[in-house]
Amino acid sequence: MTLARSKCEETEVTTKSPLTEIRSKPLPADTHTCWSCGSMRAAHFCDSCGKVQPPVPVDYFTFFGLPPKLKIDVPALEKSFYELSRKLHPDLNARAGSQEQEWSMEQSSLLNDAYRTLKDPIKRTAYLLHSEGVELEEQSKSATEQARATGEAKKQIVPPDLLEEVFELNMQLEELRMNKKAGEDDPSLAKEISGHKVTLEAKHDALLQELQKYWTDWDSLIERNHGSKAPAEERANITAKMVDVLNRRNYIRNLLRDVNAALES
Amino acid sequence: MAERIVGIDLGTTNSLLAFMQGDTPAVIPNEDGLNLLPSVVALDRNNQPVIGNAARNALIETPERAVYSIKRLMGRGVGDIQEELKLFPFRLAEDMQPEEVLRIKLGDKTFTPPEISALILRQLKRSAERFFGGPVTKAVITVPAYFNDAQRQATKDAGRIAGLDVLRLVNEPTAASLAYGLDKKQNGIVAVYDLGGGTFDISILKLHDGIFEVIATNGDTHLGGDDIDNLLITIALDDIRGDLGLDLRRNAEAVQAIRKAVIDAKIALSSQPSVKLDIELPAGKRYQREITREQYEQLIQPIIDRTVGPCKQAMKDASLKPEQIDEVVLVGGSTRIPKVRALVKELFQREPHTDLNPDEVVALGAAVQANILGGGSEATENMLLLDVTPLSLGIEVAGGVTDKIILRNSTIPASATQFYTTQIDGQANVAIHVLQGERELAKDCRSLARFDLKGIPGMAAGIPRVEVKFLIDANGILHVSAREQRSGKEAEIQVQPSYGLTDEQVEGMILDSFDNAEEDFRRRQLIEARNEAQTILAALEKAKKNSAWGQLTTDEKKQIAKMEKALVAVNTEDDYQAIRKAIDALNQGTMRLAELMMDTAVSSALKGKNMDEADMGEGPTAPHPMAKAEFE
Repeated sequence: MTLARSKCEETEVTTKSPLTEIRSKPLPADTHTCWSCGSMRAAHFCDSCGKVQPPVPVDYFTFFGLPPKLKIDVPALEKSFYELSRKLHPDLNARAGSQEQEWSMEQSSLLNDAYRTLKDPIKRTAYLLHSEGVELEEQSKSATEQARATGEAKKQIVPPDLLEEVFELNMQLEELRMNKKAGEDDPSLAKEISGHKVTLEAKHDALLQELQKYWTDWDSLIERNHGSKAPAEERANITAKMVDVLNRRNYIRNLLRDVNAALES
Repeated sequence: MAERIVGIDLGTTNSLLAFMQGDTPAVIPNEDGLNLLPSVVALDRNNQPVIGNAARNALIETPERAVYSIKRLMGRGVGDIQEELKLFPFRLAEDMQPEEVLRIKLGDKTFTPPEISALILRQLKRSAERFFGGPVTKAVITVPAYFNDAQRQATKDAGRIAGLDVLRLVNEPTAASLAYGLDKKQNGIVAVYDLGGGTFDISILKLHDGIFEVIATNGDTHLGGDDIDNLLITIALDDIRGDLGLDLRRNAEAVQAIRKAVIDAKIALSSQPSVKLDIELPAGKRYQREITREQYEQLIQPIIDRTVGPCKQAMKDASLKPEQIDEVVLVGGSTRIPKVRALVKELFQREPHTDLNPDEVVALGAAVQANILGGGSEATENMLLLDVTPLSLGIEVAGGVTDKIILRNSTIPASATQFYTTQIDGQANVAIHVLQGERELAKDCRSLARFDLKGIPGMAAGIPRVEVKFLIDANGILHVSAREQRSGKEAEIQVQPSYGLTDEQVEGMILDSFDNAEEDFRRRQLIEARNEAQTILAALEKAKKNSAWGQLTTDEKKQIAKMEKALVAVNTEDDYQAIRKAIDALNQGTMRLAELMMDTAVSSALKGKNMDEADMGEGPTAPHPMAKAEFE
């Protein structure tokens, strides 16, 4: 907590919004006073005069005054989003000077981007992984390159527990497409594919549960380290597991998209 | 006094103007006393623009000098209006180039769609000025929620050309929800089904303690009552050709006469089981036909069915099932059609709300938003609109694929940052192609603009790191800025809007019409001042006969006479400010006279005479209210 000074802190302690929670990153030192009235201020608008402040580049968790933890109280986040919207939205700053209007637009877009990302469990996880320097796409990209270099089939692309099922499903999808081309209809085939679809959907949902298990691991790591950075090795350990879950989930999602397209066409 | 910001619904068929009066938004009527201004523009014989009902007559008499449904052409290029050209009598300039902004012929003059829309806006602006008795320069204008960037930009340009500072573009269904929510003040999920003259929108909103949060929106910017009209016209023309052997397809006057008749029939069929069409045709022939509602409903089914897909997609995007939606609100004239209402009821499994006038609710909502932007009032306290971008924003990447960087239904303002580098040593420019749409391939999305990043400092290939920030503002319009991160240099962006006017073009268009507007306004101010001068001079004449006049000193009388003479003198000149000054001086100078007259009146009253008999006069005693504006 680097804002533990004067006015701002008092306000933060007395309000019951998530803004009272610990900030994960210190704000730059020159942003502590309001450009307009000179009092101490919160991150995005001045508590004294209400004016929108110039945006400071912060991560999405910090923007909401949250620690970088993955279990989030979404209704509280929504409340916070509405409260901040009432201060930052361009509609409510339409009579301000042009500089303030610009800040309002930037702050408001940052708020919207942050809320959109954090309220969604998958986007939130992907965002955290991204800020940890792990790219989901890069994982598959590097796998592709490696496969190309060694001349072997691409590993990790089909999750091992799905190999058999995916093989069968792909055959059936191919058959379905051929049938459709020939103008034939095979209800039993469509039924089998629909059966796979149900299984895949269940697996897709189960992966979210699995992901949440790693959230707990991550959050306790953050808590154990009281806001200071946890050892890189421990972090990488957990993020690798989350990457694995997300990759598997993406794979199933793409597969489901193909299945739906084939069934609907 | 609160700023005068008006709300404008710039519709395909009709346009309206509204303003927040106290706690409630109200429509400001036009010159002819009617609320709806038909969105029709024509040129009269002297090449002067005529707008609204007057232009509607021109549509039948001189169709080559008139245009309607111009909203369909806003922000579009020649390539995307081929279908439109088959159905609407739009006459393009002969020398149109493929990449150019459309130019429409009215008589032998040409106008771009924003200029034609600007004429409609200017007409509304004048109505507002007549209503307020002073200039109106700020407005909120509504657009279909599903309008893309180019269509929004074109609307904003139209505002600028009309001399209006467009403070915000508001999506029509969202505006409707504001008007609706103002009444109800309740929380819940609301779906707004908006089928107008030329556009269809569906928006799903979450209302929460005054926050109107759009969760999903979808639509079709080329679907509306126009399509029903065109279908009926086509059928009538076919009938006439088959039964009477008359091919009227190229006869603009006859087509417009048929159009008017089928529109009347369409409206009648919303309340009657059948109508008889009886149209007088050239060569002494008549077209007569009876249409039952059942036949009519069968005919229009394919058109209204086109609204189903967008509704289902919006519910899917919002992750909501019909039973989770608390209210359905109907907006737009085409929702008066019973078959449309039945379709909505089936889709959302509930009876839709019809208690708001579907023609006016959008303009009323725009007035509410105008009030919020102007600082709000008791009625709009705590109200805030959080709208979304209807279409995904993407960048063309290798292989002609669209890389989506801001997804549809993202709350706006929204932003995304992309990094670019160079491929050749010393490369100074990078080209970026911005797209809008949901399709995978760039060629299937709409091209918004091509940006050239220029002035990248000379470095080896792959070394520069250009950060490009895309920001969609609260109007749903894209802004782009770029910075080379290694040198910190701002990269210069050259924008080529794919189907829009450049800033310079808009600037050129503003000047003439703005100058005219200024002149018009000065003329009106002059008329107003002269009227007021006449009133005060007449009042003074009357006061001279009052007993109070005798109580003034000779000096005072002399002073008043001098000021009276001055006012009479300036009143023949064209300087309204001089007239105002002289009026103020005379008002000041007759202050004691007014007091004396008041005393006389009071003492007369005490003596048993009533105030009328005491004859206070009507002039200098009362403060001069702004003279009733009597223009032209």
